[in-house]
Amino acid sequence: MIVAGCDVGSLTSKAVIMRDGRILNSALIKSKAKPWESADEVMKSALEGAGVSMKEIVFCVGTGYGRDKMKFINEAVTEIACHGKGARWLLPTAMMVIDIGGQDCKAMRLDRDGRVVKFMTNDKCASGTGRFLEVMARVLGVSLEELGEMSARAQAPITLASACTVWAQADVIAHLNNRVPIEDIAAGVNNAMASRMAVLANSVGVERDVCMTGGVAKNDGVVSTLEKLLGVRIKRIRRYDPQMAGAIGAALFAHEKAGGGLR
Amino acid sequence: MITAGCDVGSLTAKAVILKDGAIVASEVIRAKTKPEDSAREVMDLALKKAGLEMGAVEYCVGTGYGRKHIPFVNDVESEIACHGRGAVWQVPSAKTVVDIGGQDCKAIRVDESGNVTRYVYNDKCASGTGRFLEIIAEALDIGLEELGDISEHSTKKLTLSNQCVVFAETEIISLVNEGAEIPDIIRALHNAVASRAASLAKSIVVESDVVMSGGVAKNAGMFRALSEALGVPLRQIGDPQINGALGAALLAADKLKSGPPPPLRQAQCNARREA
Repeated sequence: MIVAGCDVGSLTSKAVIMRDGRILNSALIKSKAKPWESADEVMKSALEGAGVSMKEIVFCVGTGYGRDKMKFINEAVTEIACHGKGARWLLPTAMMVIDIGGQDCKAMRLDRDGRVVKFMTNDKCASGTGRFLEVMARVLGVSLEELGEMSARAQAPITLASACTVWAQADVIAHLNNRVPIEDIAAGVNNAMASRMAVLANSVGVERDVCMTGGVAKNDGVVSTLEKLLGVRIKRIRRYDPQMAGAIGAALFAHEKAGGGLR
Repeated sequence: MITAGCDVGSLTAKAVILKDGAIVASEVIRAKTKPEDSAREVMDLALKKAGLEMGAVEYCVGTGYGRKHIPFVNDVESEIACHGRGAVWQVPSAKTVVDIGGQDCKAIRVDESGNVTRYVYNDKCASGTGRFLEIIAEALDIGLEELGDISEHSTKKLTLSNQCVVFAETEIISLVNEGAEIPDIIRALHNAVASRAASLAKSIVVESDVVMSGGVAKNAGMFRALSEALGVPLRQIGDPQINGALGAALLAADKLKSGPPPPLRQAQCNARREA
């Protein structure tokens, strides 16, 4: 039985094709202006790579902010539910998930069955979301990947005076003008991001095992500072790309809804 | 009796010269990189306008975020105290002052003598400050001082769904791409800034008369938007941008009446700038 999950976010769109609970293929694209266009394109790309046609998909679940605009889905499920489910699949011991999206962040606690029992989200303020890192990487003239790697080489990380993305950007520019080493600025940026997330995580209560999903999970500078702030190890996800958590969760829901037994 | 007030803000620096209870000169300049340079230049310009030398000023009070770096003041006062005092001098019936600055926003409750009884302050988040207007004006390639006039031509009410400046900028760019009219967008922007400032002000209970001070008050669209957001008419003041410097000059006069001026304060030119 082949099912699919499609997660259309503000910055990227993801699709996962699953056969009997195993991932056949996945795809990730930059989101387009219209969410239904993103959904069509990312789905097409995932299907092509899997060598599967749309007709073979028994059930498809959509999630993400564009979930109500997708034409081909059988059902829409909230991002929180999908991320919780996807994270549990990626790390079966996960009881807490911190997900950082392009324009939001979420902290969730799961029960034994992978259902979300408590969560907090922020989508009101760019600080603490992927957008914060994106703005800072642009100011520093580095890629998001480079930004994450720079923390490890920092000698004396700067401290940003304000959490606000607008003020922090001015701060970063001032540090650049003062010829502060870029690694020290990058580490300060990653630390600021981590401390913002720690506040969110603590507000739902930290419970082991903790894992991180979303694109920022690939930023080592943020992850290691967050570990220090929370006082726990964050289990690295190795089973699949952590950015796919939402789409994986959606595909797992599709599998269940289509009558598949595997969770 | 001649006193002076100097208000070094994040975007502009202001100076007011007061002689026997009347403004003889005022000046506003764009702030320079170093607050001490801004202070010197704006004060020199104001003195020149008044036809006075610095030596004629008997007492000078500094305020604003760069106040500790002003080299020629006898004393410094908080912006809150200065804005309160200035507003009550301009509008004696004022009970509440809302000041939207370049990088902050304050709401102040004052008694009849201009003493501050309550206040609330935001400099943590750019939303609700002049910076919000600046960023969007830049993105739309419009001069900051044109915003007010442009918003007058709005025919349709739009509402921004984002409060955060970063997200709102993206939203506004999509609105432009979708063909929304610029005047409607600017009006929505004014309403967004005003609603943020108004919720701050409401937390200390807004009592009439309400005065709006700060450079942003010169923007007629913002003035109207804040009035709407607060649900009360606002009292217009002469030059809202110099209100803080005026308050500083008035406080200088108060201090002079109560005793001889202290020596000039040592400016902290090398210390880290106060945030």
